[in-house]
Amino acid sequence: MAAVHFDIQYVAHLARLALSPDEETKLAAQLGDILGYIEKLKELDVTHVEPTAHAVPRVNVTRPDEVGPSLARADALRNAPAQANGLFIVPKIVE
Amino acid sequence: MLNQLTISELSARLARREVSAREAMQSCLERIARVDGKIHAFISHDAEDALAQADAADQWLARQGGKNAGPDGGRPLLGIPIAIKDVLAVKNQPLNCGSKILDHFISPYDATVVEKLRAAGVIVFGRLNMDEFAMGSSTENSAFGVTHNPWDLARIPGGSSGGSAAAVAADECLAALGSDTGGSIRQPAALCGCVGLKPTYGRVSRYGLVAFASSLDQVGSFTKDARDAAILLGALAGHDPRDSTSVPQPAPDYAARLTGEIKGLKLGLPREYLVGGLDAEVKAAVEAAVKKFQELGAEVVEISLPHTDYAVAVYYIVATAEASANLARFDGIRYGLRVDSVDPTELYRRTRGAGFGAEVKRRIILGAYVLSSGYYDAYYLRAQKVRTLIRGDFLKAFESVDAIVTPTTPTAAFKVGEKSDDPLQMYLSDIFTISCNLAGTCGLSVPCGFTRNPKLPIGLQLLGRPFGEETLLNLAWAFEQNTAWHREKPPL
Repeated sequence: MAAVHFDIQYVAHLARLALSPDEETKLAAQLGDILGYIEKLKELDVTHVEPTAHAVPRVNVTRPDEVGPSLARADALRNAPAQANGLFIVPKIVE
Repeated sequence: MLNQLTISELSARLARREVSAREAMQSCLERIARVDGKIHAFISHDAEDALAQADAADQWLARQGGKNAGPDGGRPLLGIPIAIKDVLAVKNQPLNCGSKILDHFISPYDATVVEKLRAAGVIVFGRLNMDEFAMGSSTENSAFGVTHNPWDLARIPGGSSGGSAAAVAADECLAALGSDTGGSIRQPAALCGCVGLKPTYGRVSRYGLVAFASSLDQVGSFTKDARDAAILLGALAGHDPRDSTSVPQPAPDYAARLTGEIKGLKLGLPREYLVGGLDAEVKAAVEAAVKKFQELGAEVVEISLPHTDYAVAVYYIVATAEASANLARFDGIRYGLRVDSVDPTELYRRTRGAGFGAEVKRRIILGAYVLSSGYYDAYYLRAQKVRTLIRGDFLKAFESVDAIVTPTTPTAAFKVGEKSDDPLQMYLSDIFTISCNLAGTCGLSVPCGFTRNPKLPIGLQLLGRPFGEETLLNLAWAFEQNTAWHREKPPL
């Protein structure tokens, strides 16, 4: 069970997670161990095996295209960290 | 001591008008006041709201003169105090998932399971502690502190639904709801000595359950006996158009079908589960339980689930991949914590860095990695293929047996802090429960004994065919009719 090298900064960026240098060191080592353990899946021949995404396969589940009750705007905004005029306030995205 | 009763016992007394729902709720609140300082099963509870619900139940009972109530009447759950894991939405109550990132979040709606409990007359109360976002096996990963095992306060209650298991074991409520993604109901139920049921994937709606790993998550119950689990499942099961993975298959009246008759049922004992790492006392308790089933007329055969050894690896790819996608919604924009910045990407990074705990970060990063370009085929796709093999093992086994019997956990409850610095060892403690979620079948843990010194509960796991809850409940109920393990109380 060899530990695998893990590029923690690259993956933390993909996941939009700010990590302290201490967290980076600790997580990289732990994740290297876990990936080392996961390597055991390579022992199996899965050439002709279909992947399972869901154990109870239900395909293309739709509901009738009808207007139904939904969350009131005030309720949707109630937990917002910043809001005004019935809108979420966010940092400027387009210059 | 009304808080110590089972659902069916309290329901019968309520129907006879010997006691009121208010008295039952009061006795739970008194118990919480007395013992929860030591256990910390609850993050919070709203006593006033709970008592108002109790009064509404009492008014209904008064109008009916006790008719249509009671365990065999139309509303067996009327006036029963049931507490809720902090991962399910209860309208106008806090929802934190054991995390800092949800901050002062108040649920704007009820989860479908909560709606169903309310319709059944249940007193829905409390926010039960859990590992953050249900990621963990010990309830040590909560931003609200550690929950302790009622049987030994120096030990963990299991996880992630450790608060649910500890609250039921300590008689702080009559029953509790939890969620199970890789064993988060069955493992803590085993370690605290209660009955934990994880229904088949699709049996119970996930609407209003905060998503961890959507192809594995399922809502289920913690109860003091199998009959109560049957009563509760009867109320929770069924199709929900708001959850596209819920299965449109009618739910039987589980409680009415408990016969205690298990003669001729065929039970499979997987040889891969009775191997190294299994504690000797756990092994002995499970073997004694298997003998008991044989005495009661069941036939036990050895079976093989050959891909068992790969389940933990598959799980920690599939579950973390799904989690990394599901937890992307916690970005500091629409709800919860926000750590401000003028740059949106920086706002996301800081908010998530400050809001998530160590285990959640570990799993999000692992999940993002196994899905990332260049690694997807080697990890995620391969794991999904091995998942097919694991599911195939179960479907093949169920061609020849009605249920599978295993230990729920390899050991009894471990000590607080014992595994918290070694995530891989923590993950391996779920080795017996994980396959069930990958295969999408149902599973139940029932108390089957105790270790000697210290005295800690041991759980027996029963795994059933997809939608085979009826068989599992009947097996557990038959077992309870002939053993007393489920009636033992922790020394608090």
